[in-house]
This record gives sequence, C-alpha cells and structure tokens, in this order.
Amino acid sequence: MEATEKTISDQKPQEHGMEEEEKYVLGFWLFLASDLVLFASLFATYLVLRTHTDGGPTEAQLFEIPVFMLETFLLLTSSYTCGLAMHALKNGHARRLIGWIAVTVLLGLAFVGIEINEFITYSSEGATMQRSAFLSAFYALVGTHGLHVSLGIVWLISVAIQLMRKSIQPTTARKFINAGLYWHFLDVVWVMIFTVVYLMGVMG
Amino acid sequence: MGDDFYSRVSDGGDGMKTKEPLSGKYTGFPWGHVIGYMGSILLTLVALWLAVNPPFSQGGIITILLVLAVLQILIQLIFFMHITESRGPAFHTLAIVLGFLFTFAVVAGSIWIMTFNSQVQ
Repeated sequence: MEATEKTISDQKPQEHGMEEEEKYVLGFWLFLASDLVLFASLFATYLVLRTHTDGGPTEAQLFEIPVFMLETFLLLTSSYTCGLAMHALKNGHARRLIGWIAVTVLLGLAFVGIEINEFITYSSEGATMQRSAFLSAFYALVGTHGLHVSLGIVWLISVAIQLMRKSIQPTTARKFINAGLYWHFLDVVWVMIFTVVYLMGVMG
Repeated sequence: MGDDFYSRVSDGGDGMKTKEPLSGKYTGFPWGHVIGYMGSILLTLVALWLAVNPPFSQGGIITILLVLAVLQILIQLIFFMHITESRGPAFHTLAIVLGFLFTFAVVAGSIWIMTFNSQVQ
C-alpha cells in the first residue's frame, strides 16, 4: 500500500508516460498511410503521362545511371544510419543517438543537393517542367519526394536540438520515433521512384 | 516498437547522464539493421543489373523489378520501421496496408483504364 502511494506521488502530473506517447506514434502511421495515397496519385499521373513527351526529351535520353544510383545509395545509407539512431535510442545512448541523427541529416542534405543539381542539369538541357506532360509529371512526383526529404531534414535537426537540451524522455523519444518513421517512409517512396521512374526509364 | 522499449523509456531513460543502457536486452550489435542495409544494397544492384542487361523479354523484367521493389519495401518496413513489433493491436499495420492497397488500386486502375484510350478516341 505504501509502495503504491509512493509510486503515484512520484509521478509528475504534467508528464505522461510512454504509453500515452504511443498514441501519437499510431496517429503518425495514419498520416503515413494518407501520405502514401498522395504519392499514389502522383505515380498514377506519371505512369499515364510518361510516354507523352511531345517530341521533347525522353526518359532514356534524360536519366543518367551514376546520378540516380548515387541518390539511391545516399538515401538507403541514410535510412540505415537513421536505424542505428533508433538502436542508440533503444539502448538509451543520447550522444550516439544525436550523432547518428547528424550523419543521417548530412546524407539527406547530400541527396537533396544532388537532386537539385539533377533538376538544374535537365532544365539547362531544355527539359523544363513546361516542356511536356511527361516532364510535368516527372517534376511533380520526384519534386514532391525531394520536398518531403527537405522537410524531414528540418524535422530531424529540430528533434536533435530537443534531444541535446532535454535528453531521452518519453516525449523526445516519441518525437524521434515519428521523425525516424518518416525518414524510412521516404526511402520506401524512393524505392518506388527508383524502380518505376528511373529503372523503367533507362530500359526505354 | 517493442514492449520493453516503451516501458524502459517510461522508467526514465536519461541516457545522457548515466550512459547506461536501459536494459541489457538491446545492447548487442544491431544485426537487424545491418542485414536490412546489406539486403537493400544487394536488391538495388540486382535491379540495376537486370534493367541494364535484360537477359529476357521486357515484360518479364518489369515484373521482376516490381517484385524486387516490394522486397525492398518489406525490408524497410520490417528491419527499419519495426512494423511487426507493437504493443496491443496492430492498427498501424492495418493503416499502412490499406494505404498500399489504395496505391495499388489507383496506379493499376489508371494504367488499366488507359489501355482503352485508343478505343474511345
């Protein structure tokens, strides 16, 4: 009896436990499912319009294998380092957790940089968004993914700052879990872009 | 996320100060992540090789590429997003599976309906 009272009085009313935080994680999965439907509509648009090049550049002429392979390896590796950050969180190593988030952010920045460079290269070759229905759908799909990655970078940085200030506690742990899920989800979408846009593109 | 993980964080995971693991269970080498990473790299290279040097007809290659992509997605979901580990009912699995179902319906439906394009013009 005494032990029970002690446990209750020890709890701070303004903080809730991990069980409460889990509801936010479930809510975030619901967001991911609806975000997937957004990408579904962009993929459908791309697949319908990919052959409508209006005499302009085609997929096979545009895509360069080393560029999109580098993008793929950067994103796959960043997903792995984000997983290592999760492993550090499970072990309660706050410093390692922040370190792996930093590596993930750097890989993400490299990915976004190469993608922006890719878009600039295409545009300078005359393959702008306005050129054909294929290019409109291409920039809409790959650009939306790139925007998601950019948002993910900002999110991971803000979570890392909170972890530096407040260390690992239920709230910060949940915030990293959601940001990590988002990051892996972006890799899931990239796998589909890699297969449907780039690989099938170079096959012609 | 596994059971123990949530309960251990609730116990007070002040790792910054103590540098001690919350429990001995997860202190090991992250084999799941390493296997997932190796698997995803391998699948990516196989997919690229098939696309560049197609050993048989294009239709067959596209089918294999889609199967490889599904395997890649499963690696992300299982090894990195830990979709199979949850406390209580797996509502999150239900949600994401429904998301994939919608994706398949919208994409496959769009491709299918466009095969009738020549007949209606």
